[in-house]
Amino acid sequence: MFDMEALIIKGTEDSPTITLDLNADIMELAGRSLPEDVNTFYEPVLSWIEEYARNPLPSTVFNFKLTYFNTASSKVILDILTQFEEMIEDGHKVLVRWHYPAEDEDMMEAGEEYAEMVEVPFEMVSYS
Amino acid sequence: MMDDPNGNPEKGFLEFVYDFYASMKAHEIKLVYEGKVTHQITKAFIALAEAQMEENEEASRVQRTVFHVMVECLQNISRHADEFETEESAYSGRGIFMVSNTDQAYCITTGNAIVNEKIPGLGEMLEEINALDEGELKNLYMKQMREGRLSDKGGAGLGFIDIRRKTGERLDYHFLPVSDKISFFLLTTLIPRSS
Repeated sequence: MFDMEALIIKGTEDSPTITLDLNADIMELAGRSLPEDVNTFYEPVLSWIEEYARNPLPSTVFNFKLTYFNTASSKVILDILTQFEEMIEDGHKVLVRWHYPAEDEDMMEAGEEYAEMVEVPFEMVSYS
Repeated sequence: MMDDPNGNPEKGFLEFVYDFYASMKAHEIKLVYEGKVTHQITKAFIALAEAQMEENEEASRVQRTVFHVMVECLQNISRHADEFETEESAYSGRGIFMVSNTDQAYCITTGNAIVNEKIPGLGEMLEEINALDEGELKNLYMKQMREGRLSDKGGAGLGFIDIRRKTGERLDYHFLPVSDKISFFLLTTLIPRSS
């Protein structure tokens, strides 16, 4: 059992489902992201990851399974990835699994672009 | 609206409503809104557009692009329509949002008042974005994401680049003078239905 409390936020029509649960072995952001205020919405997510990064598992797998995100959210996604980059610099293992709908070329490309921007291993996962 | 003593609306007004309706039909305008753009309004319009496109069995790629452009355009108005006092207050924080479509393309148009001082900077940015090719747009988007810290209003200056990239079309815009202090900024985006 892990000490760190899980962060679970149920998705809505404009915000993604957040599942950061070490006991269930799931770290995932899924759904749509266009919240009214991205900074307020993602603040607990960034804080949770920041705390996790201080004492992470030997190997971290983080899943992005977004179907849509707006440009304001795109910046926050980069902030999350930057936290993983720092974890890797500190000698930890992190893998990002970028899930995208098979027919959604833009979502696939968005993942590839993030993979170019940060020094974090990406695994592209297409689903239908 | 003036009512006559018998409770019937004035004829002239009803004729105006019909002319307005006919004009909307002639231009194939499916949705038009004037006022403040809140997050609730944004959500309502995208839900409406999604339901209509679903019903029309629109190609999923077109649906996604229309969704992207609508969100960025609506959020532009809600974040960047300037607030005014005194004689320009009728324009304060408000805008127009319009969606029309033909067999060939969807057309999404927004308009909002801005202070004249913003025109050179905004115009320059839009020209720069229009002049770039696909690869350059990608690089600019990445650069903006890295460097452009989120402003208090939550915009990262990425919206225009994203619209240009997602549609592949240039951004068509105009500044129309309203007074010596403010202008009306209009932006039109075409989303081809064929590709």
